[in-house]
This record gives sequence, structure tokens and C-alpha cells, in this order.
Amino acid sequence: MSDFSPDPWAKLRAATPARIALGRAGVAVPTRASLDFQFAHARARDAVHSELDVAALSQHLPGHQLLHVRSAAPSRAVYLRRPDLGRRLAEGQAGALPHAPSDVLIVVADGLSARAVQAHASGVIDALVPQLKGLRLGPVVIAQQARVAIGDEIGAKIGARLCVLLVGERPGLTVADSLGAYLTFAPQPGTRDSARNCVSNIHAQGGLSHAQAAAKIAWLAQAALTLGLTGTGLKENAPQIAGPGQGAEIAPP
Amino acid sequence: MWRILPGRLSARLQPNHPADDARAIAAAILDGLSFGVGDAVIGINPATDNLPTANTLLSMLDALIATHQIPTQSCVLTHVTNSIELIERGAPLDLVFQSVAGTQAANAGFGVTLPMLAEARDAALSLQRGSAGQNVMYFETGQGSALSADAHHGIDQQTLEARAYAVCRAYEPLLVNTVVGFIGPEYLYDGKEIIRAGLEDHFCGKLLGLPMGCDACYTNHAQADQNDMDVLMTLLAAARAHFLIAVPGADDIMLNYQSLSFHDIAYLRNSLGLKAAPEFETWLAGLGLIDDSGYLIDSALGAQRLLAGGI
Repeated sequence: MSDFSPDPWAKLRAATPARIALGRAGVAVPTRASLDFQFAHARARDAVHSELDVAALSQHLPGHQLLHVRSAAPSRAVYLRRPDLGRRLAEGQAGALPHAPSDVLIVVADGLSARAVQAHASGVIDALVPQLKGLRLGPVVIAQQARVAIGDEIGAKIGARLCVLLVGERPGLTVADSLGAYLTFAPQPGTRDSARNCVSNIHAQGGLSHAQAAAKIAWLAQAALTLGLTGTGLKENAPQIAGPGQGAEIAPP
Repeated sequence: MWRILPGRLSARLQPNHPADDARAIAAAILDGLSFGVGDAVIGINPATDNLPTANTLLSMLDALIATHQIPTQSCVLTHVTNSIELIERGAPLDLVFQSVAGTQAANAGFGVTLPMLAEARDAALSLQRGSAGQNVMYFETGQGSALSADAHHGIDQQTLEARAYAVCRAYEPLLVNTVVGFIGPEYLYDGKEIIRAGLEDHFCGKLLGLPMGCDACYTNHAQADQNDMDVLMTLLAAARAHFLIAVPGADDIMLNYQSLSFHDIAYLRNSLGLKAAPEFETWLAGLGLIDDSGYLIDSALGAQRLLAGGI
């Protein structure tokens, strides 16, 4: 046993941001770890209710034609209770969108974490656009109080072959600014979630970097446009890289 | 169909990581094992549906279980069609996972058909990896999945949840659990509704004779906290749930929600006089992690023996 440091867990604790090796008081979580947990929970709750700063986001997206729309959910409180309203545009908003046929349409939706969008959306777009050379890009649409499926209505109206929707994922205790990307071929209202591909966990705390995420999104986008589909029929067989990719069975934000 | 062992409470060890980092996942597994968690399954939700990654994780789990001679099974919770492909590629797969729902339309939303589940089960059985039985399926469900996919035909979510259990039962699963608070406040608004739904699901699953477990959990956009989980887990253990899910410190750093901690499983076993699965209990005692009563031993020696086995 001489190989062990006084705390045999020290090395393993450094291997993961997970709350491992907390120790125990009796069999309960020790007080310090319990208080840390409650503090993190309060911060995550705040992230859910944060507002997207559209003006600040727009400044980070120079060179793109930007459009701004709102969902049919008038407030955060309604948005959380009525996912159906977050999936469609507010009255009159669809009429303001141009018909601008394109291969790839990028939509940025606040989802459940405006902080994630604020922190990562422009970085992912900057890394992604150069990898979509030769494809016709639509305007970048910023959607507030919006869920993933709002991209279906926007994509159909604009006439996009593929919608790439960046969305703030539900905040966790350890990561409250995780961005996800959902790819939907031939977006139409009523599209099933199984007809989308997802690249999730784009963040700076052990998640995908902007460059890694962009590489995965670009791979999926090219495959989707070639095969003419997204979803469970499109298997990600890109070479394994260090980092996450498609989220599995989670109901999207 | 299932042999019920009285006086036992098992647990799924859920060691997720946002980048599917094998070393980080292994560290979380060892932490859970030191608390006596992992007898139901060591089950990873991968952050990616990337097939080579799933294959790597399955091989890592297989090696870890073999090295430490742990009497348990592993699972990478990926889509059923991925599991079929992984089996074809020769991956060491113990359990086929799939989320299922109570209407055909909702299952279509998951990209699943009943023949697909039968094909996957046949594929898993062909591997003949079972030592104590041939139950090779692991299903997760949850109230509201049909409603969220607009596939509920106007039917209430508890009725459709019970129908999902009938889907599960047809494939002789090893494990079925409702992920009761995962779906969010649109479907189960607060801690009170999550607790009630958890008990409803357990009741319906038991009536159908399933090996029923629960992921007692909540998201950060729901009006719930860990106190609600304390209540729910205690009620479920008293109602003899077959297994519960536990993650390090109750915080899943990949799926971004809260479940139970490894500590919670020890509390439930101690307080209600429940024990780990027999083979697993023997394994824990052999390492010096638990005493004759099944209580965790206050000594670092057991953990040191476990860690000496390496990752």
C-alpha cells in the first residue's frame, strides 16, 4: 500500500469535473460539498431565467445578414410552461422573413440558456462558415424565447435545404453555458426529433471547443446534403476525436 | 419471467462525461463502486452517437469489469440501431438500450419500431454473454414523452406511460426505469408532481410485473430541488423499487440535471435494511468495502484495494 498518497482519490479527482471523492459524513454528503451543490443549483436556476442580449450578440456577428424574430411565447414564465409556443413564431413574424433559398440556414435560439448562446454562438459560426465553402448560406436568424423546432418554420419560410440551429442547452450545476447544434434536412413544421442530428455539449469545461464543434457540424452538414436526410438514418461515422458529438435520447430544448 | 429477490435495492452507476473521456468515466465508476453502487448496471449515456466512441466505451467497460471481476453488466445508452451495428462490429455489448413510449407515433419520434427492438434483442442474445440469465434489454421511459412529440392522441400521460411498460415487457428486459423528472416542468411542473409521477410509474410498472427502477431526478428549469429527491427516493425504496440511478454527487455533468448521489444509495440500504444484489454484495465484502450487515466500512483500505486494480 506504500504506493498510495494520503488521499488515494487525489489523482482520480483531477481526472474529471464530476463530483467524485467527496468523502462522507456517516454515509451522507459532507456539509461543504452539500453547500457547494446548493450554490451551483442557484446559479443554474439563474441561467435558465437570463435574457439574451441580441445587440451584443449582433456585434459579434459582423459580415452576416442578421434577422431577429420572437417565438409565440411572450415571456420566460410562459416559455417554460408552454413548449408549443416556443416552437413557433409569434404572429406576424413569419411574414417578415424573406424567401431566400439557400443550402444552409443558421438559426441562433436562446433555448434554456441565453448565457450559452452569448458565450459560444458567434465562435461556432466563425469556425463553421469557412468549412461550408461552395454552399449557399442564408441569413443568420436570431430567435428569442425559442426552442429547437422553431427552426422548422423559419427554414421552411426562407427555403433552406438544411437548417443548423444553435441553441442554449438546459443548464447543469457544473456547466450552465452549454451550446447545442441541431441539424434538420428539409425543415418543415411537424418535423420529428428523430429526423434531426445533434452536436451537443459545446462549452469550455471539458466539452467541445468551437473548432471541434464546427468540424462535426460541417461533417454532418455535408453528409446530410449528400444523402438528402438527417436523423437516425444519418450515422456519424466521422473519425473519433476527443470530444462529444451527437446527443442521444434527450428531448431537445 | 423474473426472479424477485426480497430485501435488495440495486443501483445503476451512471458515470457520464461531456467528452466521453474514458479516464474520467473510469474515475467516476470507481467512486461509485466504493459506495456499493453499480449492481444493476454500469450505464454510460454517451455525449455522442459516434459509433467508434461507443465501441471504445464498451471495450473500456468490459475490460474494467473483467479486471476487477465485478459481478455486473455494462451498457452504453445509444440508439437501438447503433447497438445492432455495434454487435455486428463485434463490440462486447451486455445490454441493448432504448427509450420507448406508449404510442406508435411517439416511438416513431424515437426512431423505433417494435420489429427493430426484436431484431436488437435477437442480436444481443446471439452474443451469449449472459451468465445468470438471458435478459438483455434495458429500457427507459417517462411520462410526457408522447405529449412532447405531439404523439399522445389526446390521452393523459400516465395512461400512455403504462402502455410504454407493455412495450418493455414484450422483450423480457433486465431493467426498466422511468426517468421521472427529466422531461422538465412543461410536463411535471414541480417537485410535488415529480414525486407523484414517480410513484405512479413505479405502481404501474410493478402491476405489469416489470423489474422496475427509477431515475429520481429533476432539471434546473423545474421547481424542484434535492429535498424533493430525498422524499422520492425514500418512498421508492420503501415501495421496493428494484433499482435507482446514482451519479457522482447527484450532479450529471453531461446531461445537465440532478439525480441521486452514491451516498443516497448507501443511506437507503442502511435505513431500510436493504442490500446490494447477492453476488455484488459478496464482491463488495471481498474488497473490504462493506461489513456483514452491508454497511460501508469506515476505512480507506477497501477503496485502496479497489483503486489498486487500476483503471
